[in-house]
Amino acid sequence: MNEMVDMIEKEHMRLDLPEINVGDNVKVYTRIFEGDKERIQVFEGLIIRKRGGNTRMTFTVRKVSYGVGIEKTFPKHSPLIDKIEVTSKSKIRRSKLYYLRNLRGKAAKLKEKRD
Amino acid sequence: MGIGLIGKKIGMTEIFDEHGSMIPVTVIQAGPCYVVQKKSPGKEGYAALQCGFEEIQKVQRVNKPLMGHFNKATAKPAKILREFRVTQEDLEAQDVGSTFSVEMFEPGEFVDVTGTSKGKGFAGVVKRHGFHGAPASRGSHEFFRHGGSIGQNMTPGRTMKGMKMPGHMGAKKVTVQNLKIIDVRGDTNILLVEGAVPGPTNGFVIVKKAVKKQK
Repeated sequence: MNEMVDMIEKEHMRLDLPEINVGDNVKVYTRIFEGDKERIQVFEGLIIRKRGGNTRMTFTVRKVSYGVGIEKTFPKHSPLIDKIEVTSKSKIRRSKLYYLRNLRGKAAKLKEKRD
Repeated sequence: MGIGLIGKKIGMTEIFDEHGSMIPVTVIQAGPCYVVQKKSPGKEGYAALQCGFEEIQKVQRVNKPLMGHFNKATAKPAKILREFRVTQEDLEAQDVGSTFSVEMFEPGEFVDVTGTSKGKGFAGVVKRHGFHGAPASRGSHEFFRHGGSIGQNMTPGRTMKGMKMPGHMGAKKVTVQNLKIIDVRGDTNILLVEGAVPGPTNGFVIVKKAVKKQK
């Protein structure tokens, strides 16, 4: 990529957010506008994918709600993200955890990574 | 009509606006351009400014006639020379050697961007003209991306002029109108324009104020 493009992208990056990785359990706080009211919605789950660099980075959070798997993709550097909390990290052996989609219950659990 | 800016397409990226929407932008390094020659109705028959963009570093590679042309204007040799048709008043307002930079544009303004589109080679009708092709099932045999009939029988007995057929596609002058300027950076001569611009990365483009849409 061109340096100039890289520079422009870096200017728009959110440096206040924590570093996130695939396998992290996170809480994503997003700002939602309803009419002229603003509220904060939390989406909690496991990051199964991270792609793109600089401002183009997006990550996908997966959770299982009432037996139904739900995935939501967020642009990491979006101004609509209020904050991200990393609750725990897991040991992972691949960069995309798509295989979790086919697993249920205990089989879909990852080993926790302790520092 | 009107003076434009010669630039170079650097690449594309995405940035967020104040509402949190992601906008695709093209990064263009535009200008500074300097006037090399003034063409007047009295001498050349029309009013225009010939502008140069991007200095040639290896001056020894410029041939003598062209070097003479630049020396006449006491300008540095430029890689790209383009003419902009201007009004008589604009012609008189500018001197040889005066420069234009991205500061002639403002964020929020609309521009037209002209470039040479990427060459696609000899392309079929589906790619070139957006034909739908033929059904892939129900007994089709070796007839998927064809154009179908190209005319009638004895009357008129010929294929109409301008019939859409396969042929060379791309690598021609294309103008995209009404692109919004997102950001102007005077220090690095950078323009951020919303949307895509014709041509490859490092291709030369001309940025002009929009003909149809004002701010």
